[in-house]
Amino acid sequence: MALTVAVHKLTSCSGCQLAFLNQGPALLSLMEKVTFVHFIEAGLYDPNTPVDLALVEGSVTTKDDLERLKQVRAHCRYLVTMGACATSGGVQALRNMANVDVWKRAVYARPDFIDTLADSTPVAEHVKVDFELWGCPVTQAQLDQLILQLSRGVLPKDDAEKVCMACKRAQQVCVMVTRQEPCMGPVVRTGCGALCPSFGRGCYGCFGPSEQPNGDSLANRFAGLGLQPEEIVQRFAGIHSHTPSHQAQIKRWQQLIVKEIE
Amino acid sequence: MPSRPGYSSTVAMDKVYLPRGSLGELYQALVDEGYEVIGPQEQQDAIVFAPLSGIEQLPWGRQEFTAPGQYRLDNASEQRAFHWNTGPQSFKPWLFKPQQVMWLGQETDDGIVFKAPVSDAKPRAFIGVRSCDIAALYLQDQHFMHGPHPDPWYSEQRRQLCIVAVNCSRAADTCFCVSTGDGPEATYGYDLLLDELDDGYLVQAKGERGNRILATLPTQGATPLQQRHAEEQLARAARQSRQMPDADTLKSLVEHLSDEQWLRIAERCLACGNCTSVCPTCFCSKQEAEQDLVSGEHQQVRVWDSCFSEQHGHIAGKNIRGEVSQRYRQWVLHKLATWQDQYQRSGCVGCGRCISWCPAAIDLVEEVNLMLGSRHD
Ligand code: SF4
Ligand code: SF4
Ligand code: SF4
Ligand code: SF4
Ligand code: SF4
Repeated sequence: MALTVAVHKLTSCSGCQLAFLNQGPALLSLMEKVTFVHFIEAGLYDPNTPVDLALVEGSVTTKDDLERLKQVRAHCRYLVTMGACATSGGVQALRNMANVDVWKRAVYARPDFIDTLADSTPVAEHVKVDFELWGCPVTQAQLDQLILQLSRGVLPKDDAEKVCMACKRAQQVCVMVTRQEPCMGPVVRTGCGALCPSFGRGCYGCFGPSEQPNGDSLANRFAGLGLQPEEIVQRFAGIHSHTPSHQAQIKRWQQLIVKEIE
Repeated sequence: MPSRPGYSSTVAMDKVYLPRGSLGELYQALVDEGYEVIGPQEQQDAIVFAPLSGIEQLPWGRQEFTAPGQYRLDNASEQRAFHWNTGPQSFKPWLFKPQQVMWLGQETDDGIVFKAPVSDAKPRAFIGVRSCDIAALYLQDQHFMHGPHPDPWYSEQRRQLCIVAVNCSRAADTCFCVSTGDGPEATYGYDLLLDELDDGYLVQAKGERGNRILATLPTQGATPLQQRHAEEQLARAARQSRQMPDADTLKSLVEHLSDEQWLRIAERCLACGNCTSVCPTCFCSKQEAEQDLVSGEHQQVRVWDSCFSEQHGHIAGKNIRGEVSQRYRQWVLHKLATWQDQYQRSGCVGCGRCISWCPAAIDLVEEVNLMLGSRHD
């Protein structure tokens, strides 16, 4: 029996849904394993029919997001978050560190038309989540693995291993050691196979915090490499600013920026 | 700590001289013997072992400058091919592969059909490896070949190795092979051994294959002056600033299980696994089942693991090494102390890789000396 799937979108760029659509001919074969019930980007609209699997892309930033999310939860067996926005609040969670009313007035000609919540929050802060797919965007391999496991009746196992391990297996030479690149690899989970180090760049941390992330030590190392407190904040605030381990570093180094200004 | 005997070199009298201009003939001789030649070259800002298309690809006139958490290549004072000491890897990824398919399976109407993975083992000649690399190779041999369950993939490649080693003419700042007894002079495990001089090489062969290759080269007798130069540069390489305590002292690390220093190291340690991955003797792995969603083809893959990773400490539903301090302790206690019970010597050959490639700049030797200098718990 094919797994019935609904793909929902809250506040996001739709990039994760493209991980589905971009697979070309493989999508046709995938259709043998799953039946899409609701997937607006693919032209299917049927949000309230119960499904086995609801994939939720996007964070909760409006009242409407929240209402729809509750409906999604009520109509699925497994709810799986898809990507950084849904899993940690995403890039847009940067605004959680600012005053949303000030931003509204700065950005929009008619701020009174904008109906938004103060914060961008992950799905798990509102409803029960069965499994999380980290990544900005998620990879097709993650989605395939999920569907494969679910169609066999098991939830996939979480892998919060660090990017460094993938980097070493791919035989990349460490760019933090050779080029003093501020690489997030030691505190973030793998998913891309250490793509950025393979291009001589430090990792940005697209897949969110890893297990046992020692942010204190890595940030100290960044400072030792010559990064200013503001630059350290930027490294941790990039994609998953709303996660507790990244927040801790953002707060720690923001205090130093304030002190420097004083 | 018992005192250490001074280093004395034993540059043998049966060495012959190969002019620099004939190094290409050594390369060609290896090719003619049927080997794919793997040699050092500059890639990704480091000295990396990769297939060598000719001796011009060697890192002529380059050397590395290392420190905890640092590795930088720069021009050397001398136009030599082997003036560097180490890169991030040596033999290990060629024998104990970071990713090794163990078996493949295909779902059919008659059940699962199993297939063996295609092997890429072939006759390979390594040129430019060091004494510490050979010591590490012998340790990995013990683990992968001489136990009750020899590893077929490792063994198949290992049996087809030809080794052209080089004696170190200098030591990187992170080298400490003298204190572990593994360098800087190669004394076993090679087919051919070179001492690189300003204008050529002293060459020594061991075994039938090494002597056969040597006989094809346009060598001359080595002069006493050349031999003295080789001895002098070996002595220079033996002047190393770091010293690992001797094996017996290292065994007493197991008396430091609750030392507070583990906690202090854990404040800095990122539990990233770089040290164990670059360590030429570490052998831990885990297995993953990979499956193609549509075709139903699946494979069992063995990948490098590390005692610094979460899953490594996950045993029978419990994690026995949740904290970073426990993981660092495992690395040090296994490598330096309990390894001795397992393989009759310490697992450290003094190459210094774990020091220069640690992104948090943690110095293994310094930490161990600090710990052993402190009072036991
Ligand atoms: S380059 Fe980055 S990901 Fe790779 S080992 Fe170094 S710190 Fe880790
Ligand atoms: S550790 Fe010793 S043998 Fe190894 S590269 Fe350094 S000096 Fe040479
Ligand atoms: S000692 Fe260094 S290389 Fe090893 S896990 Fe800790 S931070 Fe990583
Ligand atoms: S423990 Fe460090 S110095 Fe010793 S062999 Fe391993 S990488 Fe080299
Ligand atoms: S030190 Fe750690 S990674 Fe290395 S062999 Fe021992 S347990 Fe395995």
